[in-house]
Amino acid sequence: MSFLHLAIFLPFFMAMLIPIFYRWTKQLHTGWIVLPIPVILFIYFLTFIPQTMDGVVTQTMPWIPSLGINFTVVVDGLSLLFALLITGIGSLVTFYSIFYLGKKKERLNNFYAFLFIFMTAMLGVVLSDNLVVLYLFWEMTSISSFLLIGYWYHRERSRYGARKSLLITVFGGLMLLGGILLLHLITGSFSLREIISEAALVQSSSLFIPAMIFILLGAFTKSAQVPFHIWLPDAMEAPTPVSAYLHSATMVKAGIYLVARFTPLFAMSGAWFWTISLVGIVTLFWGSITATKKTDLKAILAYSTISQLGLIMTLLGVGAAALHFDSWNDNIYIGAIVAAVFHLFNHATFKGSMFMMVGIVDHETGTRDIKRLGGLMQIMPITATIAFIGTFAMAGLPPFNGFLSKEMFFQSMVDVTSLNLFHAETWGVVLPVIAWVGSIFTFVYSLIIFFKTFGGKFKPHLLPKKPHEAPIGLLLPPMILSALVVITGLFPNLIAKPLLEPAVKSIMPSLYGTDYSIHISFWHGFTLALLMTAGVIILGMLLYKTANWWKPFISEKVPAFFRWGKAYDNGMYYMEQGSYRFTLWVMTGWLRTYLNYMLTAFIILMLGTIFATDALNFDLSAISRVTLMDYVLVLVMIVTLLGVVFSKSRITSIILLGAMGYTISIFFIVARAPDLALTQLVIETISVVLYLLVFYHLPQFSNIEEKPRWLSVKTFISIGVGLVVFLISLSAYDTTFYDSISQYYIDNTYTKAAGKNIVNVILVDFRGFDTLFETAVLAIASIGIFGMIKLRLARRGKNENK
Amino acid sequence: MELLMSILIGLMFMAATYLLLSKSLLRIILGTAILSHGVNLLVLTMGGLKKGKAPLLDTPGLSAYNDPLPQALILTAIVISFGVTAFFLVLAYRAYQELDSESVSKTRGHESDDD
Repeated sequence: MSFLHLAIFLPFFMAMLIPIFYRWTKQLHTGWIVLPIPVILFIYFLTFIPQTMDGVVTQTMPWIPSLGINFTVVVDGLSLLFALLITGIGSLVTFYSIFYLGKKKERLNNFYAFLFIFMTAMLGVVLSDNLVVLYLFWEMTSISSFLLIGYWYHRERSRYGARKSLLITVFGGLMLLGGILLLHLITGSFSLREIISEAALVQSSSLFIPAMIFILLGAFTKSAQVPFHIWLPDAMEAPTPVSAYLHSATMVKAGIYLVARFTPLFAMSGAWFWTISLVGIVTLFWGSITATKKTDLKAILAYSTISQLGLIMTLLGVGAAALHFDSWNDNIYIGAIVAAVFHLFNHATFKGSMFMMVGIVDHETGTRDIKRLGGLMQIMPITATIAFIGTFAMAGLPPFNGFLSKEMFFQSMVDVTSLNLFHAETWGVVLPVIAWVGSIFTFVYSLIIFFKTFGGKFKPHLLPKKPHEAPIGLLLPPMILSALVVITGLFPNLIAKPLLEPAVKSIMPSLYGTDYSIHISFWHGFTLALLMTAGVIILGMLLYKTANWWKPFISEKVPAFFRWGKAYDNGMYYMEQGSYRFTLWVMTGWLRTYLNYMLTAFIILMLGTIFATDALNFDLSAISRVTLMDYVLVLVMIVTLLGVVFSKSRITSIILLGAMGYTISIFFIVARAPDLALTQLVIETISVVLYLLVFYHLPQFSNIEEKPRWLSVKTFISIGVGLVVFLISLSAYDTTFYDSISQYYIDNTYTKAAGKNIVNVILVDFRGFDTLFETAVLAIASIGIFGMIKLRLARRGKNENK
Repeated sequence: MELLMSILIGLMFMAATYLLLSKSLLRIILGTAILSHGVNLLVLTMGGLKKGKAPLLDTPGLSAYNDPLPQALILTAIVISFGVTAFFLVLAYRAYQELDSESVSKTRGHESDDD
């Protein structure tokens, strides 16, 4: 247990204390009490920067050592970048939520407890080296996100969104677990670094592709990649601070983190390159197009997040190509990894501020619908400035940081076309084209967000509240983030050396020890990428102006296949209906149906086993001889059997059953079993008496004519059972295997147990326990019968009611 | 003899199954009774028939006895199946008293859909 472990669990411990604070300090907003935690953690993680610039920090704590599961925390550049985002934006979101959530109206104890559990989970995901621990924290993020989305649980939409996101992310989480177990099968280790050090072994394994697919399914569901993106727009039912924190800056990047983390392991394969690049680019394209047709600000931001996550994913996919080149300094493909890490940081800053801005607009005007908003520029100038910085960073305009990462993105996409790997030289041209079109739509929805909210005419009659500028508490966190957007936009090298470079090195571990360094230049000359940006701006403007003309086309003419949300709803509906119908169909409630299942299963399994193992065996050499007496007895038995089965009157059946019992006792005499014959005789007599007693109280056989179909099923099954038992008894009768143990009883009955009746000595001496519990069975049966007859609770209750 | 017994036991199982699948409670109980007879005979047959004398040590020096172990097992089984049958019978009697029906389709719990 080190300080690092404590740091991860600090928010969790706080979450446990929050209800106490909440109860005791009614005057103070709970947010103030918990605010120091993320701030302290942020400062604590800042102190790691010098260490991660040239190495990693490892701390380990045994958890289940016998299974190789230890809670090992490793801080390297990538983990630290995430940890700083989590704690930094976590602090800002906590601060923001103090002003966003009212003290009186909201259940703040729940909110902060869920939020801080989430913070621990997220820190655990990015800092764990052990994959099982990582999975544990991974599911913790899913669960705390579920709780946060369903925070206003009295709303139907919140519950729907929470359930949808839980189902999809937990599906992905389980896939991830499958991938982890496959990697464990290959390498015998759960430690990520050990597994990566055996990358060659993993790559040569036949389980390589399944493990990769499972892990990618986990990453794609968490990071809302097409077609698993459908949960993210519905997660916007969460309070806005939650959307800002979880669904833009941190949790949705967990999948990105995972892909980046596993890059050294999988990147040598073309499947990895193509899967991630294509899924990312499709997500980028689809997200940006869909965002343009939404009218709710949070929905636009949700699709925008999806699209930007697709962008980062594509960059990671393309960056995988860098591993195939030996030299680092003239390796252009590493630029994609740098761009991915840089955009990851940028997106967290501007998207966090955008969500907070939308929260302010919602808070101050009472609506988030862009059809009702407009002309807020004069009324809310500071919010408008924040929105301006955020939207244009998102659109990729100078001088904001989004411009730089967008340029690097285009540059990487252009570079793909010259890649001589994985058939990229022929198909790679798809990537820059789609990326460019997607970026145009990114520009369009950015314009929509800004100008539909703050530009245009002011429509006070449509707004539920009279708008005014927000309090400083709400404005401060997005202002800090906007300041970051501008500063990293103007001076990107401020973060390049301490943050981005170590992160890139941890994605590409072979960079450690080389003199590789990142230099992001604000002005990089007239390149193709710059021309593409110019094209994006011009075409984006045109499309924005003509939005009324083309918008109906993309919102109405979408083929049914691309209505993913609908597919999810239908899938859920048909699964529930299907299982309901299946249960109704199988579980009829009738005893005979279930007997049919059991007996059919018995027949099929037994016949199958007999024929599959070739067990049929008719060894008739050892059988004993048949006398006339035996024939007569068997004949009598068959006659009584037929009588019992086909008799229409119950008295005949009972008498014939008694006759059968007596015949069996005669048979026991023939088979030299005197004790059995005696017992059988007595028991049969008592049984017949009992039957007759009950018979007196029971009605005649309900001789309802059975349907012919049922009658044939019944006949068929009973013939099958009889045949199976016949075959088994015939095949099993083979005494050649080994001798019976009975010789011991015969030898020792008199000498050791002082008896001459061997059966009786076995019953009370050698195997006396059987007899004890058989007596117990009789006792229980008699007590049960007594109880059944005497206890009449239901009827007594009825009488009392009368 | 064992072949003949196997045929008989197969027929007994057949009859028992046929009765178990019927609608009348009393027939089902008759089916379980036949089933336990069939099982007892099966155990005895599998132990070997007519291998020697009855397992009573009254003839000194004779060592060829019938296998006593299956007989002990069957004796236990007879008593247990008697206990269970008696319980079932009283249960059927009580069920008839409460449900006024002897048909198992009435024991379905909710709406009785008879086919």
